[in-house]
Amino acid sequence: MNIYSWIFPLSALMLSPLMPGIINRVKAIVAGRHGAPLLQLYFDLYKLLRKGSVYSTSTTMIIRFAPSVIIACLVLATMILPWGGMPAPISFSGDFILLIYLLGLARFTTVLAALDTGSAFEGMGASREVQFAALAEPSLMLGFLVLILHTGSLGLSEISSGINVADWQTSAPVLIMVSFAWFFILLTENSRIPVDDPNTHLELTMIHEVMVLDYSGPDFAFIQYAAALKLWIFGGLLVNLVVPLRLESLGLQSLIFISGMFIISLLVGLTESLMARLRLVNISKILIGSATLSLIALMVKLVGYYQ
Amino acid sequence: MMLGGFFAMLIKSKTASYRIANLGLFLGSYLISIPVISTLMGMHNLPVNIGWMVPGGTFSFKLDALSAFFCLPVLIISPLAMVYGKSYMAHEDKHLGKHWFFFNLLSACMFLLMISNNGLMFLMIWEIMTLASFFLVMYDDEKNEVREAGWTYLIAAHIGTAALLLLFAILGNDAGSLQFDRIAASNHTALSIGILFFLAIFGFGVKAGFVPLHIWLPEAHPAAPSHISALMSGVMIKTGIYGILRILVLLGHPTAYMGWTLVIIGMVSGVTGVVFALAQHDLKRLLAYHSVENIGIIAIGIGTGVLGLVWNIPSLVILGFGGGLLHVLNHALFKSLLFFGAGAVTHITGTRNIELLGGLLKKARWTGWTFLIGSAAISGLPPFNGFVSEFFIYFAGIRGIKTAAPGPVILAACILVSLALIGGLAVACFSKAFGIVFLGEPRSERASNAHEADKMILLPMLILSFLCICIGLLAPLTLYLVLPPLQTLVGFPVQIGYSTVGVLQILSIITLLFALLIVLATMFYLIRRKLPRGTEESTAGTWDCGYAEPTARMQYTASSYAQPLTELFQPLLGTKQHGKKVEGFFPAQADFHSETPDAAREKLFTPIFVLVNRLISPFRKVQHGNLNGYLLYIAITLIVLLVWKTGFH
Repeated sequence: MNIYSWIFPLSALMLSPLMPGIINRVKAIVAGRHGAPLLQLYFDLYKLLRKGSVYSTSTTMIIRFAPSVIIACLVLATMILPWGGMPAPISFSGDFILLIYLLGLARFTTVLAALDTGSAFEGMGASREVQFAALAEPSLMLGFLVLILHTGSLGLSEISSGINVADWQTSAPVLIMVSFAWFFILLTENSRIPVDDPNTHLELTMIHEVMVLDYSGPDFAFIQYAAALKLWIFGGLLVNLVVPLRLESLGLQSLIFISGMFIISLLVGLTESLMARLRLVNISKILIGSATLSLIALMVKLVGYYQ
Repeated sequence: MMLGGFFAMLIKSKTASYRIANLGLFLGSYLISIPVISTLMGMHNLPVNIGWMVPGGTFSFKLDALSAFFCLPVLIISPLAMVYGKSYMAHEDKHLGKHWFFFNLLSACMFLLMISNNGLMFLMIWEIMTLASFFLVMYDDEKNEVREAGWTYLIAAHIGTAALLLLFAILGNDAGSLQFDRIAASNHTALSIGILFFLAIFGFGVKAGFVPLHIWLPEAHPAAPSHISALMSGVMIKTGIYGILRILVLLGHPTAYMGWTLVIIGMVSGVTGVVFALAQHDLKRLLAYHSVENIGIIAIGIGTGVLGLVWNIPSLVILGFGGGLLHVLNHALFKSLLFFGAGAVTHITGTRNIELLGGLLKKARWTGWTFLIGSAAISGLPPFNGFVSEFFIYFAGIRGIKTAAPGPVILAACILVSLALIGGLAVACFSKAFGIVFLGEPRSERASNAHEADKMILLPMLILSFLCICIGLLAPLTLYLVLPPLQTLVGFPVQIGYSTVGVLQILSIITLLFALLIVLATMFYLIRRKLPRGTEESTAGTWDCGYAEPTARMQYTASSYAQPLTELFQPLLGTKQHGKKVEGFFPAQADFHSETPDAAREKLFTPIFVLVNRLISPFRKVQHGNLNGYLLYIAITLIVLLVWKTGFH
């Protein structure tokens, strides 16, 4: 374990609120507006952390504990996430299973806190969240399976350092399919367009935003921050896959990784600007489609393996 | 133990009958726990053989590590269920002597079943166990639906037993003895092994609850008192798994199709179980379907282990069997906990219907938090025990890929996809069960008048929650727990260093991360309190988007919560919807009702039974009710037997 690798989770903690800033800026520019400052989320967090909180009379301790549990899950998850070829501070075989289940625990807690308020809106959001997550998880797992088969390694860090430029030259179709599947999962898990619209607070189209309607003050800051961390984690998984440059130098590799993250934010922003939100009934179709895409990648990989 | 139960039946006084049954059970459990633990520690126990006056049968017991491991859930759950049952049944007017008699009988039979070393003996205990549990289910026998459920269970169980009878008959015929040791030493042809295997899957599968043989579970579990559901669902259905494992040991080296059969059955049971659970409104019925799901996970683990033996991949063997076995224990813990919780909810509100509940966490804090731990554990979430056993099986899958043969890769895809889907749906289902029952506002009078459950009802739940957390946080030690039974299963000594599995190391890291997770969560909570205005709180109504008069009935219901997923699986579920459509601008009246009957029961078994009924109804004439006629039958049968027997000499 390299002591320097702790830089990764620390930078994730510091840089992740930048990603929503970039996305919003891109959207603003495409729409012809100037847009909010890049650091808007930092300002919001700072403001919220200094406030008191309001709780619904319906709620219990669940909603009071929830933000801390959610954020703990995500902070732990950032410790497993490698940066390109650089291994994460914590890495072991099968660590991606823990990663997926940590996100699962975070989701379970969010959903319970939403139901804690007794609001019909939040119940609706919670219901959608668990539906889409249940469909997204198999697809994510299949993607990992393809990558394990491809690299012959079982840990997230080893898998990610096992993907290099040569791989993209030889087996691009497989990797592209997984990348597409994962990009869609990123959009789903982080409640972005075309799955969910993060800007509409009071329409019935929402998943994540509606679940957090009743948070206020520091709790809401925690939730917002946790959402940024989640975006960072999924972005990181994707960057490790699609940016295959593996360099020896820690500084350069980090630079590449962070630029990769910005490009992902740019892509998310562009997707949000250019697409409309899908009807809810169609989202499950696309999620199953994404799982199928991963499955096809697996088959292609298998057939290629034994020829 | 049985003596205690026997006396309990005779004694009239309610408290005395409980005490004596209790004494018997605890004394018995204590006595049995000594050899069980010593066997798991690696010491050997001599088999006991006593001659018996039944042809082919001997009074023969043998406690090996596999038996000892399966005795563990009985040892833990039976006494707890009894303590729970005492308070749970406290307000009953009925004489409970009979009830405790059958309770002790069931517990004792489960022990005896695990250690019996003779086919005939096994079958007889199996039958007594089935009957004892049948009478326990039929506790409320004045209710129509309970009688119905009891019948379903009895018929299903006997169809299974019929298969087992055939199974042991063939085994005994091949080996010339029903003694397990002799059976293990005998040789079978490939065809007869195949027949025997499928008979075992069918016969034991009915008890375990493999889809589509699971139909009795969602009927019997809600009908039985909660401690009985806990004992049956947590422990008794595992006797089916034990039976399959025992037969696998007796049949010797397995073939690939056996492993695949188990994996496929596991996948189908797992997904079907959880999907049907999602569509339920009855809390205990929901839990019953989750038993089907968890049995599916166990079957996936065992199937993986079998395939590991076939392909000779040590990691698959250790992790597959290990995960399956550990899940047996884990499921016993959290499922009993959840049934206890469901029982407590029924007790304090008088209803099992999720749609009528809500807001119970405020009224029954301990019930709620223990139920939450059970829910997280059964969904396989860290840092609880469910994650550990599921991780074993996941890890078996991805370890198999390293061998780069097509079989293991396909297996890995099956495991990863099905477990991920099951996990995601289980989170959906238990966020519904916990969220709708315990959170929000009460949806009916019953829920708003609720109060905390009795202390002695809470005690077993607290112990089980503690065990769920312990296994999660002491994950590496569980490997030592499953290794002895694993050795019995594979027939050769297995050591942790036996392969480069390295799972011990990984489990240690995971355990440390679990601890870190708890530390982080606590730390963030404390930091949050230390913020400038962190402790400043004010209260208001839930934000309802500007609506003026929210009522509890406007909350999201369990059905609407599950609707997107049940809609998705509609072809499988066949949910029926009844109700009037809303008409006009100011609708005066509207109602809506949905129900999800069991598809296997409706589409598969009902037609079969109708057909069978039609075919055999002519034989009704033979059953004329005339006693003289029956005596004549007996006489004729005896004469025919005598002639047949003497005719051979």
